Amino acid sequence: MAGRAIWKGELKIGATKIPVKLYAAVADRTVRFHILDDKHLMRVKQHMVSPDSGDEVTNQEIQKAYEVEPGKFVILTDEDLQSLEPKPSREIEVTEFVPPESINQQWYERPYYLGPDGNEQDYFALAEALEKSDREGIARWVMRNKPYIGALRSQDGYLVLCTLRNAAEVISARELPKPAGRAPSAKELNMAKQLVGMLEGEFNAAEFEDKYRKRVMEFIERKAKGHAPKLRVVKTKRKTTSLDSVLAKSLESLKKEKRAA
Amino acid sequence: MRPFWSGTLTFGLVSVPVNLFPANKSSRPSLRMLSDEGAPLERRYYSQKTEKDLDADELVRGYEFKKGKYVVVTDEELERLAPEKTRDIDLTRFVKEDSIPPVHFERGYFLIPESGSEKAYKLLAETMAKSGFAGLATFVMRGKEYLVAIFSDHGLLRAETMRFVDELRSPADVGLPKKKKVPAASVRKFEKLISSRSKKEFSGAKLQDEQAEALLKLVKKKEKKRSNVVEVETEEREPAKVIDLVAVLKKSLSGKAK
Repeated sequence: MAGRAIWKGELKIGATKIPVKLYAAVADRTVRFHILDDKHLMRVKQHMVSPDSGDEVTNQEIQKAYEVEPGKFVILTDEDLQSLEPKPSREIEVTEFVPPESINQQWYERPYYLGPDGNEQDYFALAEALEKSDREGIARWVMRNKPYIGALRSQDGYLVLCTLRNAAEVISARELPKPAGRAPSAKELNMAKQLVGMLEGEFNAAEFEDKYRKRVMEFIERKAKGHAPKLRVVKTKRKTTSLDSVLAKSLESLKKEKRAA
Repeated sequence: MRPFWSGTLTFGLVSVPVNLFPANKSSRPSLRMLSDEGAPLERRYYSQKTEKDLDADELVRGYEFKKGKYVVVTDEELERLAPEKTRDIDLTRFVKEDSIPPVHFERGYFLIPESGSEKAYKLLAETMAKSGFAGLATFVMRGKEYLVAIFSDHGLLRAETMRFVDELRSPADVGLPKKKKVPAASVRKFEKLISSRSKKEFSGAKLQDEQAEALLKLVKKKEKKRSNVVEVETEEREPAKVIDLVAVLKKSLSGKAK
């Protein structure tokens, strides 16, 4: 199923320009619920009301404001808001390239595919060069009146542009204190290392499935037909035994499993 | 601030009771909506049939299985549909940190150990850091099942929720053209371009939200000029609660009484 491009742009690295199209890389599979009123089971509507009078306020009457201190607002007019919009542009400017490991996972937000738009040779050459160099480009662009920052990378020979969060949105573990308590012993570290080693494997995303979503949909389908199944209550289990004995037991049971396999 | 989720992180038979807090915060300054007299407005739901505003206890969650026809699903039903997975993050697989493509990452959460379980927590964090592994698990949080990768980060464990494979489109799904073989000279030209602009480290601090800064600057300017400034009697309005997430995290980690 071919998708339509969300946007058209131009990758710009120095003086080099490559026209590209942007596509969504995410397929939304969320089970979408609606809010209903309990008496008529119809979808509710929303409006803005003035809390004192309870009267509805229409869009034309609404003013947008920023609360500088409790109860004190500075109103931003349509002209103000427009003046804050970035200059429209089709350029996706890549200013620098960094090693992929230097961007920690927290920064990545939403991926998009870039497809060639007329110049396939430069597009695929760039993708191959990014892979060979093992680098990600830091890119900036403006789309739909919003400024974006992203990481440009190569994936399976194609270009992917993944939006990045900005500095104010990321809390670094470096600025947080470490948990209290004494450090683990050498013996404990050794056992844990073995345990982790036995659970080591290749990353294969296809092995994981959203089973809960499936169960919810099955339940919904049965309930819609009038056969609402009875559901049991969840029991929470919290184990509390000595760490060392539990590590040793885990290793033992894993070793047994491996021998039997 | 209550944790986003509470449960147990397990690997083998080792259990670590943990609380999850977001590792990301929103930075876009939020704007309030005011009436033309300057009164802060509230969003209300109302019934299509009666046109009357609805209270929270008059609302239910429904799924549209046929046009205009809904099935009601309660919080309790959603919770009961995920028996084993609601309270455990069970690490069954460890993979090399760098082997997970970034297209999977959605949101980050810090795992904070409950008091008493710091030892097991530190053990896991240190072991994973030394070996360069991330732990994989699936669990249910707030009505959704997540695939997570747990990373060791400066002594803390951070969980990144990940998109499942069926939530990611392939190049074929998108309709991208078949890959083309390109001349080596072309590739070399780009490799040169890349290396001439390469930096050793990623400088996250440089990623500023310029639009937010511009908005705050404009607001300050207008406030000084007393232009479009509205003041509402404070006894009528409760000050908006601003949660300082970093302060909450620091407090949870220092082991002080909650």
